[in-house]
Amino acid sequence: MPKVKPHRSTPSLDMTPMVDLAFLLVTFFMLTTKFAPEEPVIVDMPKSHSPMILPDTSMMLITVSKDNKIFFNLDGKYYKQELLNNMGGAYGIKFTQDQINRFSVLPSFGMPIKELPAYLDMDADARKNVAQSGIPCDTIQEKNELKDWIYFSRYANKRSVIAIKGDGDANYPVFNRIIETLKAQDVTLFELITNLESEPGVKTDTK
Amino acid sequence: MSEVQQQGGGDKKGKKIRSKKQSTRIDMTPMVDLAFLLLTFFMLTTTFAKPKTMEIRVPERPKPDEKPPDVSQERVMNLILGENDKIYWWMGLTKPETEINTTNYSKDGIRKIVVDKTREVEGIEAAQGKEAVKYPIVILIKPVDKSKYRNLVDILDEMKITKVDNIAPIYALVPVAAEDQALLKEKGLK
Repeated sequence: MPKVKPHRSTPSLDMTPMVDLAFLLVTFFMLTTKFAPEEPVIVDMPKSHSPMILPDTSMMLITVSKDNKIFFNLDGKYYKQELLNNMGGAYGIKFTQDQINRFSVLPSFGMPIKELPAYLDMDADARKNVAQSGIPCDTIQEKNELKDWIYFSRYANKRSVIAIKGDGDANYPVFNRIIETLKAQDVTLFELITNLESEPGVKTDTK
Repeated sequence: MSEVQQQGGGDKKGKKIRSKKQSTRIDMTPMVDLAFLLLTFFMLTTTFAKPKTMEIRVPERPKPDEKPPDVSQERVMNLILGENDKIYWWMGLTKPETEINTTNYSKDGIRKIVVDKTREVEGIEAAQGKEAVKYPIVILIKPVDKSKYRNLVDILDEMKITKVDNIAPIYALVPVAAEDQALLKEKGLK
C-alpha cells in the first residue's frame, strides 16, 4: 500500500466542549420538562397581572370551555379511583375494575355520569372523537353532578386545591353557577388560572 | 466531526512520537447527532411560562339571622359588567334619576375611575370627622348574563391593582338587581 501524503493541516476541530454543553442542555431540558396533560378542549385563558404561580400540589381542576361546557379532573391516580367508586355508589352505577383503572389515568372529562361507563370502554383513539357535552351543573340540586364530583373529590383528597380554568370568552353565568356550587359546600377559597399579562408601566400605587 | 482526539503525552522536546499500533478513536458522530436531536426536541416542547393564578375568596353563606353590614351609600360604587366589554357605573344607591357612566377596561378607564373615587370617598369620610381611619370604597361588581369570563377576571385583577394609600377597595360579586336592570333599560344601555 502506498503511503498517503498527509495533508498539511487537517481541518479537525475539537468539538468536545460543544458536545459537553449539548449534553448538559439535554439533561437540563429532560429534567425540567413537564408534559402538559392532554386536554379535551383548548382553553384560551384570560390574562391578569397576578404574579402568583399555580401551586404544584394536587389539584381539582374545573375547566370551562368556550361554549360553556364544564370539564372536571382530579390529580392523583388513587384519589381518582376512590372518587369514581364513591360517585358510582351515589348514582347507582357499578363500574368494573377495568373501567376504574382507565378512569384513573383519564385527563379532564365532561359528561353526565351515566355516559361515563360507555366512554371508558372505548379505546383511547375513539375517545378523542367523542364530543363531550359537559358536566351538568344546574341550579336544580338533583341535576347538579358537579356538586357531587367536588364533594367526593374533597372526600378523597382533602388537601386538593380547587382551580378554575376558564376560557376568556365563556359566559359569566356558568362561573356564577360554579361559584355558587362551591359556596354551597363552604368552599370560599379557590384559584382562577390565568396567563400573566406583562404590561409596562403598571403601578400598584398610583400616587 | 466530533471525535476524541488522542493527544500524545510526554511530547516535551518536539520529538516525533511513536505511532500507536491501534487507534482508540471512536466515531461519536451518531451519538452527538442523537444528543442534538434530543436537545432540539426538549427545547421546543418545554414551556417556561407557567400558568399564573388569582386567588379569590368569596364570602361565606350568610347565616339565617345575619344582617348585611351597614355601609354608608356614599362609599358604594356600582359596576355593571355589561355586554361588549363595557362597564356601566354609578355611585350610591340605584335611583331612577341616577346618572349612569360608561367606561371600559383600559388603564385610563376603570382603573382611573376607581382610584379617583377612592380618594373622593376618603375625603367624604374625613369631612365627617372620621380622619383617623381611611375608609375604603365599597365596590359592587354586577356581571350581567352576557358578560364574559374575561371581564370578570379583568375586574378582579383591577381590584387588586388599584390600591390607593395602601388601601385596596372592598369588593363583592353580586347579582344584578331588578332595579339595576330597570335603570339600565330605561337609559337604553341594556
